[in-house]
Amino acid sequence: MEVGLFIPCYVEQLSPEVGLATARLLEVAGCTVHYDPQQTCCGQPFLNMGATASGAKLARRHLQLFERYETVVCPSGSCTATVRHRYPELGVGEEPAGRALRARTFELSEFLVNQLSRSHFGSEFPHRVALLQSCHGLRDLGLGSGSEQVHGRRSSPAEELLLAVRGLTFVPTARDECCGFGGTFAVKFPEVSARMGRARLREWAEAGAEYVTGTDVSCLLHLDGLRRKEGFGPEPIHLAELLATGDVA
Amino acid sequence: MTQALELAARRTLPDEGAVTRHDGAVFDLRRRRDLAAAEVPDWEALRERAAALKTHTLDHLDTYLERFEARATEAGAVVHWAEDAADLRRIATELLRAHKVERVAKSKSMLTEECGLNAHLESQGIHVVDTDLGERIVQLQGEPPSHIIVPAIHRSRAEIGALFHERMGTPRGETDPEKLTRAARRDLRSRFLSAQAGITGVNFAVAETGSIVVCTNEGNADLGMSIPRLHVACMGLEKLVPRMEDLPVFLRLLARSATGQPITAYTSVVTGPREGAELHIIVVDNGRSALLADPGHRSALGCIRCGACLNTCPVYRRAGGHAYEGPIPGPIGAVLAPALHPAGAALPHASSLCGSCTAVCPVRIDLHDQLLAWRRELPRPRGEALLGWLAALVLRSPSLYRLAGRLGRLSWPILGVRFPGNPAASWLRGRKLPRHPGASFASRWARRGQGTGP
Ligand code: SF4
Repeated sequence: MEVGLFIPCYVEQLSPEVGLATARLLEVAGCTVHYDPQQTCCGQPFLNMGATASGAKLARRHLQLFERYETVVCPSGSCTATVRHRYPELGVGEEPAGRALRARTFELSEFLVNQLSRSHFGSEFPHRVALLQSCHGLRDLGLGSGSEQVHGRRSSPAEELLLAVRGLTFVPTARDECCGFGGTFAVKFPEVSARMGRARLREWAEAGAEYVTGTDVSCLLHLDGLRRKEGFGPEPIHLAELLATGDVA
Repeated sequence: MTQALELAARRTLPDEGAVTRHDGAVFDLRRRRDLAAAEVPDWEALRERAAALKTHTLDHLDTYLERFEARATEAGAVVHWAEDAADLRRIATELLRAHKVERVAKSKSMLTEECGLNAHLESQGIHVVDTDLGERIVQLQGEPPSHIIVPAIHRSRAEIGALFHERMGTPRGETDPEKLTRAARRDLRSRFLSAQAGITGVNFAVAETGSIVVCTNEGNADLGMSIPRLHVACMGLEKLVPRMEDLPVFLRLLARSATGQPITAYTSVVTGPREGAELHIIVVDNGRSALLADPGHRSALGCIRCGACLNTCPVYRRAGGHAYEGPIPGPIGAVLAPALHPAGAALPHASSLCGSCTAVCPVRIDLHDQLLAWRRELPRPRGEALLGWLAALVLRSPSLYRLAGRLGRLSWPILGVRFPGNPAASWLRGRKLPRHPGASFASRWARRGQGTGP
């Protein structure tokens, strides 16, 4: 399968290894991976700030760049959710071609598990690992269910992938709430944001997690910044990097 | 510019201990709600039904309000219309004056908080006693409620014990909730008996019968309604349900969503005044009809004030209700604020948009989408708009984008230290900068393509 790699701006600039690990996984899964260096940002920050005009311009640009791919895969739940569900709020992507492209844009874990029906890659990560289910992936894309969803719960592709990793001990926690990143929220409300993040770190640390993994680099960078400042809590590692171990390395 | 809620949060919950205690107490309500909702197999269908009923009622609100007024009047109540907060204060004061009332027993009502009724009555020489325990605590403390269901949830047991010691003479250091509650009851009982009027809120109003419905867990509203000769009920004009048979849908959802109880302990349906007494119902607009006229925001009027969105909200739990600096905190407070008071225009930004509020709301209000809609509609601060415009310009040009990335990586060591005007200052408040990322993805990919590997 031909796959267009959708690299969010913060992966491009701040976590390039996540992009490389994503490409590696897709290749191991039998895909041919294409990357267009013309891509920049899907427009999510502008959408969340309410800057509709700027957001719409970036959204249109994004759709144009990715139109030619059969499938688009992105190592981020929130960017995928922006493209798949939120573009209409910017007045973009409602024409048939736009709709079709939005529907074939996938977050990495859901692409591997739900589209390719594959969760075993021979990865190996002999550690105690907690999972951060980032909110947009969870509630917009349906990559699992928030704990408040007491009826009709969905399974989580990320969890399924983790359970197949050799040597990995999955560390479940009672709470599953937002880590406090929230894009511009993290800089507009830094103390409230940090309180949210520290609470997550504490719970994972108490449960004995050595690492916390997730589908979104942005949340993980926020948690990593908190952890290094506070000196406690599990080390964040993106799911793609965690899976690009063992036979995948 | 630092946001008001951020500053207020640092004041109202000043340290990590206070944050953790508040978070735990509030989340406990969320946990109870989960358990209660799990017990009801048709929970999601019930939410669907409630949402449909609210939508229908709000779409035909004028009809139902007229019907309610006619039926309530037939039943012997007097219906008053208050356009805004000042109107409510005036009508209530006139009613109490006409009955020569000096002492009022008041049960919990977020609407009277919104309209500043207590302070106004006190200034007019009418003494108000809040009879809901939590409401009484914040009244004695001289502060507004911080939660719409549990008004004093921001106070620790020790603080409440100290307050009661000072104001009601309980033993110093007494923190046993049962003993404190008993002391408050004794104190309140005498005030009930001497009250000349009762003021209550209204949870629901039934158009078909002209009834009002008041739900409490302490029975305090019932005492306030049945001892004095004058009952003044204050309701927002959105409180209507069409028929009596619609009521159970909401009653089943309300208590479970609020505290995890199957139903509130006391649910009173009042149709007209009791023998020898007067019932006055003040229907308040105070910005609601403007919201009603706005199809994009009308859904927010469906709120039944259960508090579930507050309880699940990680921002509310870490900031505290007072940080919202308005009558209603939490997600629904932030959604209503821009329409109800001008200072509320910044609140829609006080959310990480996690969406848990929308997932718990028993009437399925699209809360986080509402916040996002307000962000689009409200004017943005000029500096932020300019910065955003610049960023978008850079992001539309791959070469500028790469250049900006390179400059960012070059200035990385400087960005990590504190200096006045550091653009990363806000990030650095509780966090460190991410580790230096090395080369960008694009250049690593290019190298990989040439076979040198990453
Ligand atoms: S918005 Fe919904 S969840 Fe929040 S208080 Fe109102 S009814 Fe309850």
